[in-house]
This record gives sequence, structure tokens and C-alpha cells, in this order.
Amino acid sequence: MIRRAIWHVVVLAVLGVMLYPILWLVASSFKPNASIASSVGLWADSLTLGNYASVLDGATDPPVWRYFLNSTIVAGGAVIGNVVTCSLAAYAFARLRFRLRTPLFAFMLATIMLPQHVVLIPQYTIFQQLGMVDSFWPLVLPKFLATDAFFVFLMVQFIRQLPAELDEAARIDGCGPIRIFAHITLPLVKPAMITTAIFTFIWTWNDFFTQLIYLSSPDRLTLPLALRGYVDLQESAASFGPMFALSVLSLVPILLFFAAFQRFLVQGLATSGLKG
Amino acid sequence: MSARPSTLERERPAPPAVPSRTSYGERPGVAYLFLSPWVAGVVLLTVGPMLASLYLSFTDYDLFTAPSWVGFENYARMFTTDVHFLNAVWATVKYVLLSVPVQLLAALAVALLLDRASRLQGLYRSAFYAPSLLGASVAVALVWRAMFSADGAADRFLSFFGVRTGGWVTDPDLALLMLVLLGIWQFGAPMVIFLAGLKQIPAELYDAASVDGAGWWRRFWSVTVPMLSPVIFFNLVLDTIRAFQVFNAAFIVSNGTGGPGDSTLFYTLYLWQKGFVDFDMGYASAMAWVLLLGIALVTTLIFRSARSWVHYGGGDR
Repeated sequence: MIRRAIWHVVVLAVLGVMLYPILWLVASSFKPNASIASSVGLWADSLTLGNYASVLDGATDPPVWRYFLNSTIVAGGAVIGNVVTCSLAAYAFARLRFRLRTPLFAFMLATIMLPQHVVLIPQYTIFQQLGMVDSFWPLVLPKFLATDAFFVFLMVQFIRQLPAELDEAARIDGCGPIRIFAHITLPLVKPAMITTAIFTFIWTWNDFFTQLIYLSSPDRLTLPLALRGYVDLQESAASFGPMFALSVLSLVPILLFFAAFQRFLVQGLATSGLKG
Repeated sequence: MSARPSTLERERPAPPAVPSRTSYGERPGVAYLFLSPWVAGVVLLTVGPMLASLYLSFTDYDLFTAPSWVGFENYARMFTTDVHFLNAVWATVKYVLLSVPVQLLAALAVALLLDRASRLQGLYRSAFYAPSLLGASVAVALVWRAMFSADGAADRFLSFFGVRTGGWVTDPDLALLMLVLLGIWQFGAPMVIFLAGLKQIPAELYDAASVDGAGWWRRFWSVTVPMLSPVIFFNLVLDTIRAFQVFNAAFIVSNGTGGPGDSTLFYTLYLWQKGFVDFDMGYASAMAWVLLLGIALVTTLIFRSARSWVHYGGGDR
């Protein structure tokens, strides 16, 4: 009993240290400007909603909701693209037979490790030729071509665990691969699709590099790019409050998705590394 | 996040994903129908651009005029006259060497701590995992920058102990260290994988070791570490590859400059500067290929070393 209690205390202590930066961020977003950056503690004598008010009052150009909308469009498009095309490719790799399956599967695994920088400049040139730079296309279109091979792999692993007997039964009843996919595999593969959707959403929501390269007009900026704008102002303490308020707001969707689906994320992560 | 055939395939003997009986009368074309988006992506966005960037790496290219062939000049410039390039390599190597081992140790330590029957285990695990999801965001990088700036929270805290740093952001040695700390802070992802690995170690092994009189430390080294070695290996490979490509935090902390004194000029940050500030895209392509070769080399070395320390169930290899 005492050992148990000690264990909980130790875990909570380590957890407290780990989560301190996040708590500090949230606390700071409610403090008046002057006392923010230099305070170590999480509590202040006076708390204020002023920082949030000044972010949300709509006086900025473009208004803050615009950044949220842009980030949502990009992340939403990426989610749809990944879920649809990665599950299609995964089904083919896991269940169908075709001559090039082994080499193509090996190639797919290799692309998971490929640093994106090696295709960056030609891709940029392609999108520039197509007149798509400074639009959301370069951020969303690649997801509709199943370029996030990690998720293809995740779903292949998942489909391989499903009992093959179901497929065979359907086949004996005269179903072709397309109907087997639609009526048997797809309903069963839902957990892997949810995992894919949530990871895609969070990673795209957080993504900075690609958005930095492709987006530049003020009304097309996403949240990470808008937040980046505060770096220039940061030498003046006056901008700390709004910056932290917007930071907190930008993390809320991630935390909500995480709270709702953490089981899928943790499972997906654990299986990707262990089973196979 | 990524994975590799050899770690993943080895544990399970070649999965017969499709029963090896006769054809079901399915047309082979159907498979390619399912694969068509992926194949289009491979051709248009992976293989094509890879070949193009290999070509561009031997040219002088600024996006707006046609590339002109310069032979190995870009590569030669990197390793001879370009001081910033060598600084970038050095900063990145230091980051990888400092952050990856400490992050994995922290992940393993917390996984061992959490590996205990408790109703709250799932909750704790998720809470430790959260920084991994948040850490890559610009918001957290801004927090880091604010906390470690001159007279910031980190400074105030250290001054309780009589240490005065005068701001980490502007100090060449400490600026890199604060990025390393941010990297270590995100140990949740490997921790989750370690924890899942720990659960797969059969309890009989620990019982047998205890019967033979092995203490905690002995059980850790003789049972846990060998049994967990494939997972350690997997995390090591993933983390190393990821660490070579860090960008966001260095960009935010140094406002895109890699300063002070190139101390946070990570490889990808310099690549971005060359490609998208200077529009020296031939040079940036060459840098991308050097990065690919560097990562491939390091990964190969890790795979080579794996023969001597990674144990796959049963056989003593």
C-alpha cells in the first residue's frame, strides 16, 4: 500500500516537471503583460482575459479566425486524402496479388525513411509551374497521392491481422476484390483509419516547414505562420500576452483530439513498432 | 515516424498475406486500380523529383532561369569554402549526439517506472505522451524561446541556485542546449513503444532470474535489455533519422538565422536559407542529397552494430 502511494507520488512528480512548460504557457496567457516572461510560478496576483480579448477582437488584419479556417482547410484536406488513398494502397499490398508486389512494397517501406528535402526543390518547381504556390494545393494534393507511406504501412499491418477467412468466404459467395474491400475490409479497418486521421490532423496542424515554403499572402497564412510573426515582435514585452493566448488557442484542437482519441494514438504507435 | 523492413519483418516469418492457392480469378489490373493514387504519387512526387533534384544538384538553378550545368561545383563548395555548411553539419551532429541518447534513456526510464499494474497507468502514459504531440508546434517553440530568454523563467529559476546565465537564446553554447532540452522533452513516443515492448517480455523470465538470485539490476541487464533490444534498436533508428531533420524549434528560436554564431544553424535550416532565401536551389538540392547519403550512412552503421547487440527472440545471434 505504501509502495503504491510512493509510486503514484514519484510518477506525478516527474509528470509535473514534464508538463510544467505547458502549464506555464496556459498560466502566462492569463497574466497581464508586464509579469509574464520572468515569472517562474504559475499563479499571479491578478489574472486577466485581456490577452484573449486582444487576440480575438477582430481588429487584426486578417482576423484570427482566418488562420484557424486556413489551418482547418489544410489539415482537413490532408486527413481526407490520407485516409482514402492510404487505405486503398494498403488493401492492395496486404490482400491482393500482383507481380510487382514484393519490390513495390519494399520501395514503399524505403520511402518512409526518405527525407522530404530530397524531393523538395523539384516539387516546389512543379507547383510553381502549375501556378499553385501560395495556395493550399501543394499542402493537400500530395496527400491524395498517398505520399505519407507511414500510414500505408500502418494500415497494411492492421489489415494483415484481420482474419483472411472472411475474405475467402466472401470470395466463395462471388465477391470481387472491390466489393470485399468495400463490405468487409473497410468496416473492420476503421480503428486504423481513425489513427491515421488523427495523426494526420495533428501533424499537419503542427507542420511549419511546408507551410512556410508554400504560403505567403497574409490571408492565406495558417496558425503556425501567424504565430511565427510574433517572433519579430518578441523583443517588446507588450506582445507576450497575445502571443501566448494565440498559442494556447492553437493547441486546443490538438489537445481535444488527443483527449478524445488517445487510445487510438497510443495503440497505433505501439503496434507500428512492435508487430509485423 | 517510420519503420524498416528488417526490424519489422524479422519477428514474424514472412506473412502469407494472400493464401498461396490458385488464382481466384481476380484480374491483376484490379490491384493496380487500388494502387493507382500511390503509383501516381511515387512517379510524380517521389521518383521523378528525386531524379530531378539529383540533376539540379549539379547545376546552378534559381527557379526562374533554366538550370546551368556546373559539375561537382556545388559539392566542392560545401566541403571547402562554405564555412556555414560545416557549422551546420557540426551543429546538427552535436544535436543528434546529445538529444538522441538522452531522450531514449529518459523514455526507457519512464517506461520502466510506468510498467506496473495500475488502473491509472493508461492515463499516466497518455500524459507523458502529450509533449510528443505538442513539441513540434510553433506554439511550444515560442514558449521555449520565452522561458529561456534573458530574464526569463529559466534564468529566474537558476538564479535561486546562484547561477546566472544572462539568457540562453543569445548564448552560443546554451542556445543549442535549450533545443536539445526541447528534443529530450518529447520522449513520449519512444516511451510508449518501450512500454508496449516491456509488456511482451514473459514474466517467467523474471521469475527464473529471481529464483537464481538475481537482483533488480541483474534482471534489468540480463533479461530486460536483451529482450527489449529490438525495440531499442527500432527507436534508435527512428529517433536518429528524425533528429537529423529538426527544423521548427531552431527556426523559431533564432528567427530563421541559425544564430547566435551559427550555433543553432541546423542542416535543414541552412538548406532552407540556401533554397528559399538565397534561391540557390542547385546548392540546396546538393545539400539534400548529402543529407540523404549522411542519414543512409549513419543508419547503415546502426544496422551493422545491431548484429552485436540486438537479440531476436530465441536464437542467440
